[in-house]
Parts: sequence; C-alpha cells; structure tokens
Amino acid sequence: MSGVRQVVGMTGDEAVAHAAKLVNPDVVAAYPITPQTIIAERYSDFVNNGEVDTSFISVESEHSAMSACVGASLTGARVFTATASAGLALMYEILYVASGMRCPIVLAVANRAFSAPINIHGECTDQLVCRDASWVSLFGESAQEAYDETILSFKIAEHPDVMLPAMFGIEGFIVTHALERVETLSKQQVDDFIPASRIVRDRFCPDENKTFGSLVLQDYYMEIKRQQEEAMQNAYKVTEDAMQEFSELSGRKMEITEKYQLEDADYAFVSYGATAGNAKAVVDRLRAKGEKVGALKIRLFRPFPSMDMFQALSGIKAATILDRSATFGSPGTIVQTDIASALYGKENVPSLHGYINGLGGRVLTLPEIEEVYEMSKEYNNIGINSTTDWVGYRK
Amino acid sequence: MAEITDVRINGRGGQGAVTASRLLAEAAILEGQYVHAFPNFGPERAGAPVTSYARISPEPFYEKTEVYEPHIVVVIDPTLLDDVPVVEGLRDGGTIVVNYDGEKDSLVKYFEGVHANIYKVAGSIIATEEIGRNVPNLVMLGALIKVTKLVEIESLKKVTLNRFKGVLGEKNVVAINRAFEEVE
Repeated sequence: MSGVRQVVGMTGDEAVAHAAKLVNPDVVAAYPITPQTIIAERYSDFVNNGEVDTSFISVESEHSAMSACVGASLTGARVFTATASAGLALMYEILYVASGMRCPIVLAVANRAFSAPINIHGECTDQLVCRDASWVSLFGESAQEAYDETILSFKIAEHPDVMLPAMFGIEGFIVTHALERVETLSKQQVDDFIPASRIVRDRFCPDENKTFGSLVLQDYYMEIKRQQEEAMQNAYKVTEDAMQEFSELSGRKMEITEKYQLEDADYAFVSYGATAGNAKAVVDRLRAKGEKVGALKIRLFRPFPSMDMFQALSGIKAATILDRSATFGSPGTIVQTDIASALYGKENVPSLHGYINGLGGRVLTLPEIEEVYEMSKEYNNIGINSTTDWVGYRK
Repeated sequence: MAEITDVRINGRGGQGAVTASRLLAEAAILEGQYVHAFPNFGPERAGAPVTSYARISPEPFYEKTEVYEPHIVVVIDPTLLDDVPVVEGLRDGGTIVVNYDGEKDSLVKYFEGVHANIYKVAGSIIATEEIGRNVPNLVMLGALIKVTKLVEIESLKKVTLNRFKGVLGEKNVVAINRAFEEVE
C-alpha cells in the first residue's frame, strides 16, 4: 500500500473512466447513450491524449459494440465497454455469445429505465434482466464503488477459473452524474492487482489454424453450457478472494454483501445500488427511535450469494426488500424471488416483503422508506410471510 | 447521524448552475468534507429555469436522494423571482442568497411570510465588471460562503483556478472576492 491516499471529486461516470484508464485495456468499443456517455467520452479523451495504449473502436450501435468486443477478446485482448438501458437491450443477443465463447469482457452499465415511455433516469431493470446471460453481475452504491468495481471486474472476469464476462452497474444520474469524493489508486497499485495482460490459453492468431464459435448441436451444447455454470459457481470464491485482496490494497473494506447494524437487528432492509445508501440512512433514523433494524446490501448479484443471504437474514423477523426494478406478473420483485429461493425450506428465516420502487428516476424518500418499513412490520405482525407491493406512485 | 447541509442552486440554462454546484462540492472535498452534488437533468435549454444541488457534510453520510428541503437556496438569476417558486421546500430558518442589484428592502418583499435569512449581492454587475460577461455563478458562491461558512474562500479560489486556467480563473477569483465583501 502506498502512503497518502489521494482524494478526488468525481462523478460516477468519471470514476469508471479513470479507473479503466489505470487498467489500460487493449480495446474499448462503445456507442454513446445517456447516462453512460461520459464514460466513453472521457475514455476517448485518454486515447486521444495518448494517456492509454487502447485501440478505441467507434461503432454504429451497441450490438456492434459488443460484437467488436467479442472479436477483440478472442484475440486475447483485454476489453472494456459501457452502455445503458436500450443499449444493453440491443447487446442482449451478443451477451450470450460473449459468455458462451468465454470472453472476459468488462461492461459498465449506467442503469437506466427502459422505454416506453422514454425516460433517461435511474432504474436497475436493464441489468437485472441480464441475469441468465452467464455474466458476473455487480452493483455499486457510489462513485467510489464504481471506481473500485471497474478494476475488480477485470480481476474476476479474467481469472482462469472463471473466464466469463462481467458487468457492474451504477444508477443513472444519482450516481453516474453526481460528484462525490473518490479515493484513487496509483497505477502501480492497479498493476500489482491485475496482471499486465490476460492469461490466454487459446486465441485467434494469424499463424495458427483454429475455429471459434462453431456449430454445436445435441452432441456437446449442453456440456458447454454446464461448463459455464461451473465457471459461474467458481466466480463466487474468486470474487470473495479478489474483494479481500482489493480491501488490503485500497484500505477500503469490500465484501460480497455489506452488513450494516445487523448484529442485534430484528428487522432488515435488503437492497443494492444507491438505494442501499438510503436504506442505511433510514436505519440510522429508525435506530435513533429505538428500532432494532439493520441493512443488507447486495454487491454481487450473479452468482447470487444465496448462503450469504441466509446467514445475514437468519434470526431476522421481517425483511424489507427495496427493489428498484420493474417486473410484471411475477411472484415477487426480481431480487425478492432470488432471496425467497435462497431461503426456502430453511428454519429461522424472515418474512419477505418486496417493494417495487424508484422507477424512471422516481425517488423513494427517506420518510417513505420508513413508511414501507412499518408496512413490513405490520404484515409480519399479522402473520403474512410474503408480500409484494409497488410503492411511491400516484394511486 | 451526520450534520448535512443541502444547497439548491436556481439558475437558468447557460448560467453555470451545474458548474457552481460542482465547484462548491469540490471545494468541500478539498477540506476533507463529504459531498453528493448533482444537477437536475431534464429537457434543459438555454434560458430555461434549471436547478442543481450540493449535499455537504463534515462526516460521511449515506443518503442518495434528490434535495426537496434545502437549508440554503442560491438564486443566480433575479428574473427567476417572478417565474419560479425559489423558496419551495426551503427549511424554516434557512438561508437564501439572491443575485439582486436593487435595495435589500425591495428584495425582502418577495419573501413575505418566509422565515429565512435573506441576503443579496449584485452578482450580475460584479460579473459584468470583473469577468466581462454576465455569468454570475461563481460570484454567487462567493456571497454564499461568506454568509454560511460552508467552505473556506481559499478552497473555492483553488478549485476555481483549477477549473478555469489563466485569466478567466483569475477574473473569477476577483469577482468571488468582491461578492464575498459586498454581500448584505
């Protein structure tokens, strides 16, 4: 660890770009979309100014961006891109190609609501619906976590036991465009954390005859998919170790789930991203009133940390799950259904109360979160152990 | 819980409200404070009313909500007084700092029934005379920090010179100093 920590004011997008600059990927292919655009803009400045060695590929769409990333990654290059909302949806087809061809691409997502109606603001549905694409998936609460997860994601994705792409999300505007203090790392620290180039077992190379992306039918398709599942299972331990190493490097504690005031808690909030900050602020307010409540923050969404959920929520009476994503006709919010699966059949687990909130940049205020907390307690008191509500909208 | 100060800056598109909230927050960071500063993004265009925000605390804090109940409101453009409810959400006993070149008594009449500390500075005049353009965003910060002591003036000067290199930065510093002295 180097001596004095440098503190810089940066927005979430700027933090991602600056962290990526320290990683200095071989190729960046990106297409602009609000609220991600600043990431690609800043990074193209670094390229233009000769501050990085990266080949920057300007493409005509996000489908092309991810396709270019796959092609570059197959040559053994370290590859980075960024997108949001409709851009991520347009990449969706190629997300599966990237993971199926085991390309450890890193993707920053500026989480934004889907159209229609058209909206540019924060919401995490865009990233959550990529849950089955075999990508490691992380969320960040702040510009600092955006900075840290940029670097961390390369470490996880490129690990020989993983070799899967990784995406991490920060919410549009309230994180991407908000200025916060960021403790930066030195180039040397990042070089010590991430090898200078990828460990490549097999790659596209002009002087070797190889085929990538060939047709695989009933004979071997399922075996290849099973290998992806094993890689995803491995990603849990790799992430845990990488976070531990990063914590030592940076002096900032980083864990797969963050526990806040949970030791003696009877009730808990569960959330991710910027909402997790609001949940902690509400915990402080409720604790001041004598409520025994804590907060659990999910940083790693895929692979889903099922055992962490069980351990953290064991003994809790009721869990209030604040989910800033939309799903329709589902048995629960997107994250709630995962938590319910993780806890099903286990003893001593809380009732689960999911709340769809904050869509399209709508703010669920701290007093509103307190009201939601009271709702969960009330449900629990009358013996209802699973509920899902929409909150913070005009009825 | 952390002692948080919420600042809202009311301006018009093109007047630098976003830059003002950013530099105020950067000055606070320079002093080791904690911040969350952001613009309100929508269909902005030159001349339309815009807002930006800075949440500042000497201690770490967690909330990431928009600012609905500011402790402090800064009005960059005096014509907003007739168009926009600039005191909306202002906390009881809060502070409002207005770019206004008339007498203070005539300003106070805009805020009848509002329980707040009202300050004014002739920001447009200062900006025009010292910078050569009516862009009073940083001028207003000079007035703001005199009456609220949110950050030290030296910190504001430092981030201003860092953002605007050369003569423009120096002119802004002169204007900030003048607003700091002339706010009433």
